[in-house]
Amino acid sequence: MTALNGGGRLTAPAAPSPARRRTPRRRAGLAGYLFVAGYAILLLAFGIFPTVYAIYLALTNDRGQFTGLNQFVKVVQDYRFGPAFTNILIYLVMWLVILVVLTVVVAVILRSRMKPGLSSIFRFLFYIPGALAGVASVLVWLFMLDPGVSPASGLVNALGFGTFSQVIAPQNLPVIFVLIAFWTGAGGWIVVMYGALNNIPDEILEAARMDGAGPWKSAWFIQIPMISKWIAYMTILAFAAGTQLFVEPQLLQSASLGRLNPTWSPNQLAYVLAFQFGDFNGAAAVSIFLLVIGLVGAGILVTRSGLFKADTE
Amino acid sequence: MKSLTVPLSGTSQRRVLRAALTAVSLSVVVALAGCASATQSTSTGAAGFTKAAQDSKATITVWADSTRLPAVQAYQKSHPNAKLNIVTYDGSADGSTYLQTKIQLFDRTGKGWPDVVFASPTDVTWASNPTTPSAQAFAAPVDQLVSSSTIGNFAKGSLTPCEYNGHTYCLRNDIAQVVTWYNKTLFDQFGYTVPTTWEQYQALGAQVAKDHSGYVLGWVGDSNSHESYFWSSQCPAFNLVKPDTLRVALSAPECTRMATLLDSMIANKSISTQASNNADFIKNVAPKVLMAVGPSWYGQYIFNGGFKTPAGQIAAANPMTWSGESSGATGNVGGGVWMISSHSKNLAAATAITEWLTTSDANQGSAPTYPAYTPAAKVWLANPTNSQYFASDVSEAFTTAANEVWTGWSNTKFSDATAWSSVVLPALTAGKTLTETLPAWQAAIVDEAKAVGYTVTTK
Repeated sequence: MTALNGGGRLTAPAAPSPARRRTPRRRAGLAGYLFVAGYAILLLAFGIFPTVYAIYLALTNDRGQFTGLNQFVKVVQDYRFGPAFTNILIYLVMWLVILVVLTVVVAVILRSRMKPGLSSIFRFLFYIPGALAGVASVLVWLFMLDPGVSPASGLVNALGFGTFSQVIAPQNLPVIFVLIAFWTGAGGWIVVMYGALNNIPDEILEAARMDGAGPWKSAWFIQIPMISKWIAYMTILAFAAGTQLFVEPQLLQSASLGRLNPTWSPNQLAYVLAFQFGDFNGAAAVSIFLLVIGLVGAGILVTRSGLFKADTE
Repeated sequence: MKSLTVPLSGTSQRRVLRAALTAVSLSVVVALAGCASATQSTSTGAAGFTKAAQDSKATITVWADSTRLPAVQAYQKSHPNAKLNIVTYDGSADGSTYLQTKIQLFDRTGKGWPDVVFASPTDVTWASNPTTPSAQAFAAPVDQLVSSSTIGNFAKGSLTPCEYNGHTYCLRNDIAQVVTWYNKTLFDQFGYTVPTTWEQYQALGAQVAKDHSGYVLGWVGDSNSHESYFWSSQCPAFNLVKPDTLRVALSAPECTRMATLLDSMIANKSISTQASNNADFIKNVAPKVLMAVGPSWYGQYIFNGGFKTPAGQIAAANPMTWSGESSGATGNVGGGVWMISSHSKNLAAATAITEWLTTSDANQGSAPTYPAYTPAAKVWLANPTNSQYFASDVSEAFTTAANEVWTGWSNTKFSDATAWSSVVLPALTAGKTLTETLPAWQAAIVDEAKAVGYTVTTK
């Protein structure tokens, strides 16, 4: 979401159109607007408007008075704010590193070191869990991680966990959420990365081979640099989705009858503030923090990776 | 916006930027100077309430948990003319905030409220107050709808969680007084006597650990175990000394004595730190449960329903006392309430079903939990289906315990389960003792209490 907004903003300066060939241009423009309209209306209704409303809420109190940055100061001083953002930071670092490294490595292996038939079977297998809806996949993991009912209880026990409550100890939570996120999300990205690798012309790889580059050298110096924009794109989307972590801790919290902190992630904190304390303004302030973090993260990745450079070339 | 598209030289670009930044920061400063406070409005419960336009034919919506659903369906069956829309939800159990979440939203949209809800006592603390300055408190004062003689017939203290500012905002469905549960068959087989004091309980734990290793005298891993043990010990963990002042004093001897006792029994494994609904616990530990300190619903729900202990084995004894203390005290684990919406368009029908659910012999006499309405409790105890599961008559233990529930454990605006479940239980799982976890538990309760606006004392 945030990445797309950033993209729209950056491509805007390319808009000015020369006056010549006026009529055909306008026709094309009309059709274009029509095609874009569907998305634009939905974006306005469910993306821009809620964001503006959240900003309005975050700058006012429940009496509608303007409060400046006081809501932000209030939520930062809340005892749950620091732990929630620390939790999400640890989770994001683990999740992004593992996602980037493993999806790229797996995609390179599938593309270059495996027979096409076997490779497509593996891509299909990796993708299957992603077809499961979010809540269902969390429930699957609740069973997988409970030594009492898990089909892999031997493995869970071997890792030193005798009971479910030992598995969901606070220090294990980031790992558990990364596991769930990787299991559901990585398959789709492996397929995307594989597609990106397919776009690299065979001649380039052949030339590298003739120059004496082995499979790892051509992966490191040719393939990965050539799909770096895709990696940046994946990182932006995974980063944005990762900061929004909500369903996993929320479900685990209720399934374990409260053995998790109900405000483990910032989104849960916003949820609790809004719906338990009736503090929609404070909740909006938390969500603005998430928005800013997402925008800054996306901005850095977009500028550093030259993700949108292709537009001007 | 337009100025940015005009080509500028490097220096003038910087000048424009600087001017823009100055303007923005100036406007922020100006804006901040006139800022209002970010604190939420505090609202006080209104004594009366404005009734909605009444319609005696309006359908009423009833929200109940799955346990009370059959009771609502039975009402529909015995009152075919009543127009009900029955909705099942989690009943606010285990610290769930579903009901509160929904009412917050209904208060903002101005419609959608259920007419009658089953809820936990904690819910009354927010339902008796408006959630926003413009809203009306969700719960209607039932003392203006139900006769005072009916209200007077509820068990002593059972309506305390319903009371606020001199009004009663709910009718108690059941009480969950903590009694001493034991497996009579195993006790007879092993030749043990049922402890009457906590010291005897601890001593029995040491003996069981030595002679019958693997058997347990209880567990502390449930989200409500602190209510069974620390409430019974009269620990001032949630003690409202004034309506807005909460005393959280986990260093009090009433808390530390229970922590020390449980630590010694956890150490010799005569008390389990697992949760009673855990699949592993039910499979491996449940058949070796010699005793349990728990509420009146443990009999049917935990032993009969959860552990599938055969009938004729389980019995209940009076709550244990501390040696040297003359009067007994016990805890309370749950016990639901029924609230009527102040927004109901058909208060007569809503009141009728609420009274039937909480006070009628037809419903409460065969209810799954111990009735809070004293006349119905007598019928309940006399009902053979409530006694035939047990090895001996549980009436005496139940009635004694019902009168001994310690009133110093207050009904607060936040659930007492959150800190216990999310701070203490993970620490126990990690091998820490209760005694060394008490400060962390205290800190978590204090944080929660301050967040909902209590003044906290820790002495």
